[in-house]
Order: sequence, then C-alpha cells, then structure tokens
Amino acid sequence: MIRDITIGQYYPVDSPIHRLDPRVKLAGTMLFLVSLFAFSGYLGYVIAAVFVGIVIKISKVPFRYIVRGLKPVLILLLFTLLFNVFLTREGKELFSWGIIHIYDQGLIIAGLMAVRLILLVIGTSLMTFTTTPNQLTDGLEKGLRGLKKIKVPVHEIAMMMSIALRFIPILIEETDKIMKAQQARGADFESGKLLQRAKALVPLLVPLVVSAFRRANDLALAMEARCYHGGDGRTKMKPLKYKKRDAVAYLILFGYVGLVIGSGFLF
Amino acid sequence: MKKSMLRTKNLVFEYIRRDEEGNVEDILRALDDVSLEVQKGEFVAILGHNGSGKSTVAKHINALLSPTEGAVFVNDMDTQDEEHLWDIRKSAGMVFQNPDNQIIATVVEEDVAFGPENVGVPTEEIWRRVEESLTAVGMTAYRTHSPNKLSGGQKQRVAIAGIMAMRPDCIILDEPTAMLDPVGRKEVMKTVHELNKIEGVTILLITHYMDEVIDADRVIVMDEGKIVMQGTPRQIFSQVDKLKGYRLDVPQVTELAYELKKQGVPMPDGILTVEEFTAAYTAVKAKYGQGSV
Repeated sequence: MIRDITIGQYYPVDSPIHRLDPRVKLAGTMLFLVSLFAFSGYLGYVIAAVFVGIVIKISKVPFRYIVRGLKPVLILLLFTLLFNVFLTREGKELFSWGIIHIYDQGLIIAGLMAVRLILLVIGTSLMTFTTTPNQLTDGLEKGLRGLKKIKVPVHEIAMMMSIALRFIPILIEETDKIMKAQQARGADFESGKLLQRAKALVPLLVPLVVSAFRRANDLALAMEARCYHGGDGRTKMKPLKYKKRDAVAYLILFGYVGLVIGSGFLF
Repeated sequence: MKKSMLRTKNLVFEYIRRDEEGNVEDILRALDDVSLEVQKGEFVAILGHNGSGKSTVAKHINALLSPTEGAVFVNDMDTQDEEHLWDIRKSAGMVFQNPDNQIIATVVEEDVAFGPENVGVPTEEIWRRVEESLTAVGMTAYRTHSPNKLSGGQKQRVAIAGIMAMRPDCIILDEPTAMLDPVGRKEVMKTVHELNKIEGVTILLITHYMDEVIDADRVIVMDEGKIVMQGTPRQIFSQVDKLKGYRLDVPQVTELAYELKKQGVPMPDGILTVEEFTAAYTAVKAKYGQGSV
C-alpha cells in the first residue's frame, strides 16, 4: 500500500493547461502571486477570482479536488482570520466584551485576507495539479538557466530534485521495512506520549540515514559509470520547446496582470 | 587473431586507511598482480568468494578506481589517461548489484536516455537508441512506467538497457543477480546471453553463482586478490577439490557426479548439465550393469 503514495498531487487528465510548457506555468504562478498583492480595491478580487475560476474550468481538475487541497492551510487561514478580527482597531466598534473589541474594518480586512489566501493556495496548487514533478524540475532548470551566470548551480539543483523524487518512494518502503523489523523485535511506535513516540523514532532514523548514504554512494558510482559529468554538454531526450499555445498563454497572463493592476486606478 | 577488448597488466590495488593526521594506518591489498585479458565478443565470468577482489577489478575497468601499480586497458586506452575517461566509460558500461541504486529517472525511457544525454547525443538519436535498447532487453512495453513498480529482474534489465543505449563494446556486470529472485535471475541471464550472441557485446560477468558461469566462454577464479584458476567452465569445474579450497561451490549436478565418483562410480570429470549427467550415468550403467552401480 505504501508503494502507491504519489509525490506531489498531479491530477492526470489531458487539458490545455496540462499541455502548457512548465515554464509558462511557473512564471504564471509567480505573476499571479504578485498580482494578488499588487491590487487595491474590490474589483481586483473579482478579477483574480474570475481568472482562477476560468483556469480551473480549462484545467479539468474537479473543484472538490481543489477544495480538498485547501485543508492543510485551514489552520493558518483561521489564525489570520482571528488575528485580523480581534487586533484591528479601526472603523466603527461593533462589539465589545471585556478585552475583546470587534470593529467593522477588522471584519472587512479579515474577510479580504481570507479571500487572498485562498486564491493564493488555489493558484499554486493548480500548478502542481497540472504539472508532473519531472516537468517542474525541467521547467525550473531551463527557466532559471540565466541564474547560472551568478553561479547558481541550476542544473545541480534540478538533478537533486529529480533524484529526490525518484528515491522518496524507495526510502518510504525502506522505512516500512525497518519499522516492521523492529516491531517484530518488540519496538513500540504507536503508544506513549508525543515525546516517547519521538524517542522511539531514533532507532528507526539511524539505520535509515545510514542506508540513504549507502544508496547515495552507489548512485553516484552508477551515474559516473554512465558518463555523468554535470550539466555541460548535456543533451535532452525531451527538450522543452515553446509552442504557439505557450505564447498565447503568456499574452493572456500579461493581460490579466495589466487588468488587475489597472483596476486599482480605475476605482 | 581476435582483438583484445580488456586487458589488465600486473594490476595491484591497495586500500589505504589513514588516521586523522593522514598517516597510513593500515594497507589492505585488494588486488595482487592481476593480469587478465578479454577478447572482443567473448563471454568471460569472474568467480570468487566475498572479498576476493572481483568487484575491485570491475571498478578498475570502468575507471572508477585507479590502479596502485600496473595498468588497465580498455580498447587499448589506458584507464589512467584522463583524456580517454569518457571514451572508456562509453565503451565499457557497467551494471551494478542493486537495481534500485542505479536507476536515476522516474520514468523507464528517461532512465535509458540518461547515458546518451550525458555524452551529448542529439535528441532524435537518443529516441532511436532508447527504442533499440529497450527492444534488446525486451522492456519496450514498460517504457512509460515508473521503475518503482517493476520487479527486480525488470529493473536490472532497464539498467542494462541504459548501458546499451551508450552503444558499448563491452558490458561489465558486477553481481547483477545477487539481489534478485530465481525468476529475475533467469530473466537477466537470458538477456545478457542474448546481448552477447545477437549484438556481439563482450561480457564480463562477475558472480558467485556457479550456474551462471556454465555457459561462459571462459572462467577466471579469484581468491584473496589473485587469479588462481583460469579456463573453460568444464576445465574449472573438473577440479572440485581445488574450488572448495577457495570456498566456492560447484553446480549441483557436478557435485553429484563428483560424489558418485568418490564412491567408486566411474563418472567422468566436469559434468555441467543435467543432460550430460544422465547421458554419462546411462553409459556407466550400460557398461557395468545394474548391480554394480
């Protein structure tokens, strides 16, 4: 069962968004995040929400799937809501009891903050829903190629990411094996207080780390034996090439950003 | 005259352990005066117990290790010559023991492409080579699968395809079946033999499974860093006592024939397969009659 864990949350359907070059999606996500904090006024929210809605529709990812992706950030969302509601001291006081004072501005700011955060999470998860981890690393490597000039090891980072993706399931399986071997000899991972349980993990982590190092050593040898010598002079089996649809997507993106920023001046 | 593919000349390799100040603490001679030669197109097996130095030899041929003394030549290129490093690794590919630890990509076909990508093969050519290599090992049906979902034998065949995609003259397999189940072992050995016969790739197989050695052209037995026996499988397995002295076993039928001979049954030496055994045994029975055997 543990074998079936998928990394990332790729949703495998064929849609125009899925087919876009990963660089477009990476740049798009960045621009979208920036745009969320660039506008003022209510119209910006509407435009951003509509934009996200249309992209979801085109991507064919079911809406409930996306909503489920919001779960992990629920607590963060709640905190920001509460802080904004209780700590804002502007506008008209609506309610006061002991040290608790609630102002109308607080409610508005909290609400808008929540919408911003939700849009932000949906925007980023849309990228991971429609792009495989492999495409993402490829996109990062090629998209950030320029950073090589300032000595950022872009190829190495991308290689590390893709190797990590390859080895996560293997290491999970190994953890499972070690756990079972230790449980068979009476180790207890499930009962006790948090601290006790954390302590029980130490004998699990030590062999896991040792084995990870051994694997890394083997892999390095195997890579060297297959002539790996860094990113220089390397060709690609599946090189990234911009197509016409990618240009269209860029145009739409810039149009959206212009609209969002412009909306602040209009109203 | 056949051309020499691999050659080691008085190869010595020492593992040197140093203490924190860098003083030599301990020297372990892993290889001691090893000279061997493998011709183009040959299938040579190296047998040896754990710690006999057989894997160390393999790592020298791929220039992953550098000799302490002596020299190693691949296609007449010296492995110590930095200039030829990539050519050597291209012409002598290496398959390792653990199939999980040598697959780099998350998709089978991308892993096969890893080698050609490293040496800068153009994209269309990579696709062609991936296609050919996957066909050669019979894994075309799995080209878009994730390696994690394959069996050990299949993973090892993908690893072999990854080497084949670099168009090597020679493949060194370092205990490729040690971590596989019997089915996987058979799959891999069949693939290796096919590559040798059909594609004409020189094979250097390092193993401690006797059954895998039977079909080799030549067997080299190593013990404690030295070559102690060399010859055809039949010559080697005729010397059961000597092999046992090196803590090596013989194939089961060979052992049975050997034990029978010790008990006075006149069986010939160096029986390698069940068919040979039954033939020899029937012959003995016909000659001496039912009662004597």
